[in-house]
Amino acid sequence: MPDDSAIIIAEGLSKAYGGLPALRSLNFRVRRGEFVALLGANGSGKSTLLRLLSGLSKPTAGAIRIGGWEMPREAMAVRAQIGLVAHQPLLYENLTARENLEFFGKLYGIGIDERERRIAEALRTAGLSKGAGSLVRAFSRGMKQRLSIARATLHQPDVLLLDEPYSGLDQAAIERLDELLSAATEDGRTIIMSTHQLERIPRPARRALVLARGRIAFDDAIGRRNMSEIYRSSNA
Amino acid sequence: MKTPFFNCVTAVISKDLRAEIRARELVSVMALFALLSLLVFSFALELDKGAREEAVSGVLWVTLVFASLLGFNRSMSQERDQGNLDALLLAPVARTAIFVGKLLGNFIFTLIVGLAMLPLMTMLYGLNLLDGWIILTEAIGIFGLATIGTLLATMTVQTRAREALLPIALLPIALPFLLTAVRATKGILGGAPASEWQGALGMLAAISVIYLVLCLLLYEYIVEE
Repeated sequence: MPDDSAIIIAEGLSKAYGGLPALRSLNFRVRRGEFVALLGANGSGKSTLLRLLSGLSKPTAGAIRIGGWEMPREAMAVRAQIGLVAHQPLLYENLTARENLEFFGKLYGIGIDERERRIAEALRTAGLSKGAGSLVRAFSRGMKQRLSIARATLHQPDVLLLDEPYSGLDQAAIERLDELLSAATEDGRTIIMSTHQLERIPRPARRALVLARGRIAFDDAIGRRNMSEIYRSSNA
Repeated sequence: MKTPFFNCVTAVISKDLRAEIRARELVSVMALFALLSLLVFSFALELDKGAREEAVSGVLWVTLVFASLLGFNRSMSQERDQGNLDALLLAPVARTAIFVGKLLGNFIFTLIVGLAMLPLMTMLYGLNLLDGWIILTEAIGIFGLATIGTLLATMTVQTRAREALLPIALLPIALPFLLTAVRATKGILGGAPASEWQGALGMLAAISVIYLVLCLLLYEYIVEE
């Protein structure tokens, strides 16, 4: 029976680089508003999967549908629905925080008044209102990561993809990031967040999807009882 | 759903201009390289005034091509260093709009350097290069150079040996309009009748337009994996 509330549908999804398989025939669905923790050891295919879902990479085989649109054929429609927080901050170091958000707001076709309102709100939520006029190159890793989330959510995407967002952050920055992710969850966004650290699964995450050697090794709700199984799968 | 083409182009150009005004990483490096090259050529050709006058159009274009290589590489490296090319590609914009925005930014930066070279060369080489036709030739030539340079820099910036690869890829492709630009410039400087060099100028414009069309057709395939 089809799952009508699924916003992301992956069927037989495979990706190979020069004949070397990175993902092998993945099948999964993500419901609207769901927070999925994408787990797995380094090299298990997490980043590859997020690049496929964001449309930055094309699958070798299989199909992806996001919000009813098929990738990569209808990628333009899908792009407007997706926000990506990657390993790198995807920000311009020689622009200020506000200028970065203005630039990306323009790229996403947000009108001037609405853009100004959203930028002010995004900076406030990220705790960067005071640093709005500072160059990004002067920001700490944590500030860049918060600004990166502000950039990724400025166009109010339905789906937020995060690739190891905690890497290189100190405890204070981690807590701040957790707050931002909780706020994004409350806004009803569908979130897929990759991490190789089990202890870094955020509280709002309800489901774990574990990749091992390009295959799904575990896909179920997160609970106290199955944490050991998740741990075993992610280290397979 | 899709951001209008023109809005994306202006956003990319204004972003590049703003970043350059602040960091001065492109124009200053290109200008310094051009200055040093012109001085080296000037000293090397000083003994023979006739040869120097004969070579001035070649010196102008060779210096411009090499200076622009530095600029194109740096311009695309700025997009790659923080993963910003991915950020551009994530947006619901036509890939050609990104290309045109980057191309026009590169064109403006290289043209600034090219225009600054003219009074300097006038002083160093004792020939008046501050001529409307020379400026037009320079503008058309630089546009063509920026077109193919932006496309190739997008390709090579994704490789490890990008600094070495861009000149290797660009120079053979730039040769047709380099030769045409030198011929047009030489005719204008030598005071030849317009009929003798306007053909070369027209050819330069035609080559630039052909390169632009080809680049617009190819860019999407190059940036998409």
